[in-house]
Amino acid sequence: MAAAAELSLLEKSLGLSKGNKYSAQGERQIPVLQTNNGPSLTGLTTIAAHLVKQANKEYLLGSTAEEKAIVQQWLEYRVTQIDGHSSKNDIHTLLKDLNSYLEDKVYLTGYNFTLADILLYYGLHRFIVDLTVQEKEKYLNVSRWFCHIQHYPGIRQHLSSVVFIKNRLYTNSH
Amino acid sequence: MRLFVSEGAPGCLPVLAAAGRARGRAELLISTVGPEDCVVPFLTRPKVPVLQLDSGNYLFSTSAICRYFFLLSGWEQDDLTNQWLEWEATELQETESLADIVLWGALYPLLQDPAYLPEELSALHSWFQTLSTQEPCQRAAETVLKQQGVLALRPYLQKQPQPSPAEGRAVTNEPEEEELATLSEEEIAMAVTAWEKGLESLPPLRPQQNPVLPVTGERNVLITSALPYVNNVPHLGNIIGCVLSADVFARYSRLRQWNTLYLCGTDEYGTATETKAMEEGLTPQEICDKYHIIHADIYRWFNISFDTFGRTTTAQQTKITQDIFQRLLTRGFVLQDTVEQLRCEHCARFLADRFVEGVCPFCGYEEARGDQCDKCGKLINAVELKKPQCKVCRSCPVVQSTHHLFLDLPKLEKRLEEWLGRTLPGSDWTPNARFITRSWLRDGLKPRCITRDLKWGTPVPLEGFEDKVFYVWFDATIGYLSITANYTDQWERWWKNPEQVDLYQFMAKDNVPFHGIVFPCSALGAEDNYTLVSHLIATEYLNYEDGKFSKSRGVGVFGDMAQDTGIPADIWRFYLLYIRPEGQDSAFSWTDLLLKNNSELLNNLGNFINRAGMFVSKFFGGYVPEMVLNPDDQRLLAHVTLELQHYHQLLEKVRIRDALRSILTISRHGNQYIQVNEPWKRIKGSEADRQRAGTVTGLAVNIAALLSVMLQPYMPTVSATIQAQLQLPPPACSILLTNFLCTLPAGHQIGTVSPLFQKLENDQIESLRQRFGGGQLEETFDLKAKTSPKPTVIETVTTAGPQQIQALMDEVTKQVCSLSPVGDWTS
Repeated sequence: MAAAAELSLLEKSLGLSKGNKYSAQGERQIPVLQTNNGPSLTGLTTIAAHLVKQANKEYLLGSTAEEKAIVQQWLEYRVTQIDGHSSKNDIHTLLKDLNSYLEDKVYLTGYNFTLADILLYYGLHRFIVDLTVQEKEKYLNVSRWFCHIQHYPGIRQHLSSVVFIKNRLYTNSH
Repeated sequence: MRLFVSEGAPGCLPVLAAAGRARGRAELLISTVGPEDCVVPFLTRPKVPVLQLDSGNYLFSTSAICRYFFLLSGWEQDDLTNQWLEWEATELQETESLADIVLWGALYPLLQDPAYLPEELSALHSWFQTLSTQEPCQRAAETVLKQQGVLALRPYLQKQPQPSPAEGRAVTNEPEEEELATLSEEEIAMAVTAWEKGLESLPPLRPQQNPVLPVTGERNVLITSALPYVNNVPHLGNIIGCVLSADVFARYSRLRQWNTLYLCGTDEYGTATETKAMEEGLTPQEICDKYHIIHADIYRWFNISFDTFGRTTTAQQTKITQDIFQRLLTRGFVLQDTVEQLRCEHCARFLADRFVEGVCPFCGYEEARGDQCDKCGKLINAVELKKPQCKVCRSCPVVQSTHHLFLDLPKLEKRLEEWLGRTLPGSDWTPNARFITRSWLRDGLKPRCITRDLKWGTPVPLEGFEDKVFYVWFDATIGYLSITANYTDQWERWWKNPEQVDLYQFMAKDNVPFHGIVFPCSALGAEDNYTLVSHLIATEYLNYEDGKFSKSRGVGVFGDMAQDTGIPADIWRFYLLYIRPEGQDSAFSWTDLLLKNNSELLNNLGNFINRAGMFVSKFFGGYVPEMVLNPDDQRLLAHVTLELQHYHQLLEKVRIRDALRSILTISRHGNQYIQVNEPWKRIKGSEADRQRAGTVTGLAVNIAALLSVMLQPYMPTVSATIQAQLQLPPPACSILLTNFLCTLPAGHQIGTVSPLFQKLENDQIESLRQRFGGGQLEETFDLKAKTSPKPTVIETVTTAGPQQIQALMDEVTKQVCSLSPVGDWTS
């Protein structure tokens, strides 16, 4: 989805009633937010982090130095790896890596829900929606994480709910 | 924590410089690795630099690592830094502030050569110089570049995957999700030329023959589907495995104007039929008559285009089978042997293993069955049971020696190998068929018993064997021949004509040995120039939701039930073909059926075809408008042509599932094309705009016409509907060429356009079922499954009422969604 739409979605998820106006810049339509008390802010993850602070939910950016760095790492991953690549091979490599990463984690940072989970959910939605039953089973951890995030109160909004069949159909796809 | 760096990797510059910030805060070890080393366990591609934290986590983003070091030193995150870093990550690819450091590293390769920067950018230059003279930066540069300057970076950079072009490029007709092949000018020109020739390219339609017979000089395609066993209603797995798959290919074959005969029938002899007859109190013949009709009706409903659907219980079957047998006998390929079997005097028959019960000779269990003891699990021969009893009448059977005939497969092995050696290479035998055949051969063929002590079967024409019949699997494959013989007395022109006939045999993988080994051996041994299978097409198994279809337990959707759901046959066809179990087992899922119908059929295919037709009706009074093709349109023509040719290549090789996706891809191109060109807006614009709207509409509706023909093998009724709506000229409806033609030229009048597909909703399924009066149900629905803790909700659907279907769907949805928050997903 377009960046401006995503940011509006994020505003609602964060419980912000404001409804900021976003403009777009450049060939790639990077979102720009004109703030009242400062220079404009450019960039999806930058604006997202700003909104989080506005909503007084800074814990979504991480609590420890390590957690903060990890959150930012995945935000960067979102705008470079996920938005930047859309070939089938790239997506599958990406899903494979994520699946491996999520093997022992509930959320991207481990045990805490953060902005990284939200933006990766929004960013991956268009790919997950097209996965076959077999692929969802292949990327079992991603499916588990995705299914979990989409049920998080207030996150999914108008995005379509992706169905995950709980029962294993393909027994040799571990 | 440990920092992994590599010589020549540019990201190492900033992290080493930033590491200085963290000095004193944490212990930092530095390791050097090669640029190809995968340090991070969950990343497929090698990445450097990487920071392994004490917690075990990894930071593999250069700027995240730098950020971490700064955070450790007490720095607080701010918007401006975030902005610069995001810009660096997305735009540059690859301050002493954090932003300064990271940018310095990123720009180093460019800026370290002072001659590189133009004069005007002196501010940038002096900023760079200031940083470069800082001690950490100098040391970092030295570590990574080692006196070689930026050349040190080259080997690393060369190995990185190419960055994709920016996502928001100018919108063209090409959809962004698919990787499109680059087209050459020639390909585009050829596509346009073919398009312009239009309807006159179509060859004359071949006259319909009846009966269909091979014609010398033409391609003659003989297609068989494995004969369904008569005394059971086929389930979806049987249907997709055999008749439906063969039907798609048969229809395609006719669209290609190949001389095609598609035959099938019910397999009626055998133990199971006799048993069923006893249960229902009818004669075997009556059972077969009753069930044959049920089968025929179901396949008719599914629109299976058999040229003939016969039976194996005919005089021709006896004649041909006995003939083959005699020839095998006289050529010495039949062995005789004595076998000890249990015979029930009371029932006057030899008992198959499943009809004997007794005391296990090993463990003493009293209800051991004739082939295996349920208690100790050991395999036993029925004759070894102590105190055996006939399960039907409970009397004690006696052991009797009985003669049987065996087909000497070992003696025929060499011929079989030779034939396979000629047939397999370059053919379209499916991989599983090849594998199964090879395994049987590798294990060594053994003589197979071809007779049984039964009454219901083809009689054995040999003295001493008057009370025996041929084993059903010996004569079932001969059934194809006798069914043809009942269709035309010139059947030998198909079945004894290997030079001119291409035989495609469709089946599920459990039938492979009989079609790939036993019958070919019989035919080769009979030495009568029999046509043997050229392409053996075997599918894997279709499962039902989370279990298997089970005739005996009544699990799964059966042929006549599909009709009762009110979902049209074509939708069933589409979905089953979409999930056709080719390389491996697949599963039928109600939810998936809904999803595929609503997404692929409704939103993709239906949406495109409907829109194209509607625009012609609404904006151009029902007449196809003038089309003036610009280069983008021509490129679209070429892309569609490519996909069409892909479709042909796939279907020729019987890759039915993949070819279906080609259709959906073209439809997606079509939707994109309309979306981008917005004819509904342009029609209200200037003369030039209106002409553009006309071209786009015309081209779109021609794509719709093409799709209708490509779709015919899969969804024949929908195909005919589209063709009627568009009034596609008849020759174009029955022939599919390898080029995309303009079949609806400017001025062609179309008919009334209406939506092709309905959205499927949960409650819709329920109300449709009620409307079709599916209320007369005898079997009660077993609700045991619902109370079990495991997700086996769909397990015992037999002929469930609408309430139960709704409850089931809710249950499934609930189970999928009711996840506890902490990783309990797999319970």
